[in-house]
Amino acid sequence: MINSPAELEKLRQEILAKRDPGTTRISICAGAGCLATGAGKVIAAFNAEIEQQGLKGDVNIKGTGCPGFCERGPVVVIDPEDICYLQVTPNDVPEIVAQTIKEKKVVDRLLYVDQTRNEKAVRETDIPFYKNQERNIIGNHIKIDPKCIDDYLALGGYSALAKALFQMTSEQVVEEVKNSKLRGRGGGGFPTGIKWEAARNAPGDTKYVIVNADEGDPGAFMDRAVLEGNPHSILEGLIIGAYAIGAHEGYIYVRQEYPLALENVGIAIKQAEEHGFLGTNILGSGFDFNVKVHRGAGAFVCGEETALLLSLEGKPGEPRARPPYPATRGLWDKPTNINNVETWANVTLIINKGADWFNQFGTERSKGTKIFSLVGKIKNTGLVEVPMGVTLRDIIYKIGDGIPAGKKFKAVQTGGPAGGCIPEAHLDIAVDFDELTKAGAIMGSGGMIVMDEDTCMVDVARYFLNFLSEESCGKCSPCREGVKQMHRILTNITEGRGKEGDIELLEELALSTRSASLCALGRSAPNPVLSTIRYFRDEYETHIREKRCPSYSCKGLVSYYIDPQKCGACRICPRECTSDAIIGGKNLIHVIDQTKCNKCGTCFEICPARFGAVIRLSGAPVPAAIPDEMRVIVRKRNAKREQQDA
Amino acid sequence: MDAERIERIIDNHRCEPGSLIQILLDIQAELHWLPKEALAMVGEQLHVPMSRIQHTATFYKAFSLVPKGRHEINICMGTACHVRGAPRVLEVVQNLIGIQPGETDAEMKFSLGTVNCLGCCALGPVMEIDAERLGKLAPATTANLLKGYD
Amino acid sequence: MREVSLQIDGRDVAASEDMTILAAAKNADISIPTVCHHENLQPFGGCRLCTVEVDAGGRTNLVAACIYPVQNDLVVRTRSEQIDKIRKVLTEQLLAHAPESEVLQNLAREYHADRDRFAKEPSFCILCGLCVRYCAEIKQKNAVGFVDRGPNREISFIPEIAATECWDCKECFPLCPTSALQAAFVLMRSLTSSPSSFKPEEKKQNETNSVAERNEHNGSPVASDRDRTLLQATAKG
Repeated sequence: MINSPAELEKLRQEILAKRDPGTTRISICAGAGCLATGAGKVIAAFNAEIEQQGLKGDVNIKGTGCPGFCERGPVVVIDPEDICYLQVTPNDVPEIVAQTIKEKKVVDRLLYVDQTRNEKAVRETDIPFYKNQERNIIGNHIKIDPKCIDDYLALGGYSALAKALFQMTSEQVVEEVKNSKLRGRGGGGFPTGIKWEAARNAPGDTKYVIVNADEGDPGAFMDRAVLEGNPHSILEGLIIGAYAIGAHEGYIYVRQEYPLALENVGIAIKQAEEHGFLGTNILGSGFDFNVKVHRGAGAFVCGEETALLLSLEGKPGEPRARPPYPATRGLWDKPTNINNVETWANVTLIINKGADWFNQFGTERSKGTKIFSLVGKIKNTGLVEVPMGVTLRDIIYKIGDGIPAGKKFKAVQTGGPAGGCIPEAHLDIAVDFDELTKAGAIMGSGGMIVMDEDTCMVDVARYFLNFLSEESCGKCSPCREGVKQMHRILTNITEGRGKEGDIELLEELALSTRSASLCALGRSAPNPVLSTIRYFRDEYETHIREKRCPSYSCKGLVSYYIDPQKCGACRICPRECTSDAIIGGKNLIHVIDQTKCNKCGTCFEICPARFGAVIRLSGAPVPAAIPDEMRVIVRKRNAKREQQDA
Repeated sequence: MDAERIERIIDNHRCEPGSLIQILLDIQAELHWLPKEALAMVGEQLHVPMSRIQHTATFYKAFSLVPKGRHEINICMGTACHVRGAPRVLEVVQNLIGIQPGETDAEMKFSLGTVNCLGCCALGPVMEIDAERLGKLAPATTANLLKGYD
Repeated sequence: MREVSLQIDGRDVAASEDMTILAAAKNADISIPTVCHHENLQPFGGCRLCTVEVDAGGRTNLVAACIYPVQNDLVVRTRSEQIDKIRKVLTEQLLAHAPESEVLQNLAREYHADRDRFAKEPSFCILCGLCVRYCAEIKQKNAVGFVDRGPNREISFIPEIAATECWDCKECFPLCPTSALQAAFVLMRSLTSSPSSFKPEEKKQNETNSVAERNEHNGSPVASDRDRTLLQATAKG
């Protein structure tokens, strides 16, 4: 139990004294993403190998928070040299230990390769994916074992809390956050300091502070990484916020789909309580604060503030009208301040380093950095933290390294189901709260889904309306009925039942849904439809008038056909077909049974390049099957081809 | 249904009315569904009307009012996974087991469901079988992953 | 209670500060259409027919009059091209559920809504919540509630409570703007009771049997005489 800032510093020095910066450390990302690609086995392999080599006392191994380079996980960083290895498997471990740990030599094949310049990057800080970011928040993740509070203390953790409690009044803390011009990172972008001030000034002795870790936007996982990877940074920010507002109870609302985040935050709370950062008389300041964790139960709408509050009260998450705002009447009708995970993480940084430091990043009206989840059709998928104002083009091409498989960029979807799609023509938009809105999208919580020529934009709109119809609470008619009807129309269009007038009907439904809905879910539901109509109207029209999907994506409008002139009867596609729809054999040209084909596209993808026999058809009839006798490939011709192939 | 287990779960949350959802989540985790008798017990002890319990249990998709299979398969249908082909993976799994999302097979072996984002977006398509998450799925390789479960 | 002065449709209206726009308008004899509103119940804000335009802080917002609180110098418009368009579409959407509803037909006339614009929906409940809220707030029995969410949202009777409470009450029936409520009640009764005439004491014994068991035992449920009378009453609308 730490009873004063002085004791905290003493403990910190003790921890640092025990850590020799020259010691060899192996850090392996243990975020949910890398774990899903085998990081757990890599950690076990390192532990076993180090033990076997008799190096246990000299080498430090730890599973860490997510550094963001998910595409290339499992990620391993070796210090003090800062060597970064990517896509490490347990089989690589003995070589790493032998070469890098023992002999200080680099294992070339595990390094990052910059394909444009054909260069390898040895050090983590040299990898272009990281170099072009400003990783104020996620930069720490690879240095921390989230289950170990000492790691956080070693980096200066909880010094901001001590500063706030002992060197600042609660009003000064609010002022500092106001001066930082921090805007909410959950998507609303409301100035955090002003929100805090409203809660602080609201009458009443019982107040609450809440961390919104519901992160429902599909494709966004920034909050998951921060909560899993550095839970203490959130706790510290929350306690500071509680002090500023005058709250003594807090909640962390975590969606139940994040079991690792729940586990790590639970451990962090326990450790914080043991150290005296939570509980009564924190650090001897006289300030009391306790926090509980509440799990979500599978409802996207509970990311909305008022729905979240109802969920905390054990009720269905039906948003309510505002005013009154949670700052004056929130949880159990008491003044409540809710902020997003990333917002709380920024609070800790701001109190630590000051509002002026924070203001050096970002644009005039959007200060600081923002973490984005760059996913979809992009070479470097993962978490990207950049100052506000960086362009979409830079994020996608400089950091993301562009579109894989030589495909053409089509659009980037930002802001989740409330957002929109930005086409190539607008890639030079600076990403901040206000610029994206002008182009018909929003920044939202930070999800950035890149789409290429194979993505059907009508299907994208249909996808989001499907999502929203599943997630709508159903209380108000404009959303419940409007989303349902828009979804129905879009489904019809993608299945070849589109009618002239459908686009206009969608636009009309969009008006009532966006204008009359009770909450932001309904009001923003039309955005994916409106933005795709705005930039890709021709795709809608092609689906409706020609019954054709230009991206060959809408299953109902696409057929797969094997060109008998090109088929080499290699027998690969009948084997791989996921619905046993391909009939073929040795020297027998393969044919797809259209009644069985499920349009999965596997045959199209695996037909060897030298044949390229599988073609996709849309808006055109499938040619009649050739008669069986013509399917036999004559041996003579075949022998010649076999010779050529050999 | 073991009334004692339910009692214990309710006690853990000290009968706070705000804990209804947390209690139901624990019962769901323990029994893999919410039997009506359990809901009645919870209502009694928390002094919450059954209409609200029923609404809560049907509103949140983490809950099931019917028994689930021994293994729960959830396929992520988040945007990133969708763009990378999740619907095709779902179709393959549906055909293999013979059920739709929301259903359980006749042997009570597999329950199939969809989830609107597991947060492993960089590795899409992603599937969760019991607590294990498997990323970078393709329709062709999915069949193998379902073997070895009884 | 402090008095507040606002403007509705160009008229100066006085109201007390705890009023909603709807209440203030009603006081001044300005009518705003509603479906889910009831004087004796807490405002619900679900049907959104009462959507009005409100100027505040230099911006125009669309809000539900039944729950939006009055403020000094608020400027409110209860009709406009935008509002009328919204009310027309909302009415058409609800008519797809309950084309015979008198309340909705009146709205259709006023806002030129086309009853057949949208494809007919299988459920004729428009989820106004009057029955649910009446039973919860006034009768405090909670015999009927909502289930599920989004387009799947429905009302649902709790059989155990409804069996003992509803038959002698039925005060929510006249509140229903469609015939969905009566139909839901009859359906629930026919699925959960034994075929002979209904007796509350016997009902309690039957509660432990599952519906399937009971059906197997008794054959398919047959409506009792009282049920038949009720069915006839609801068929009249």
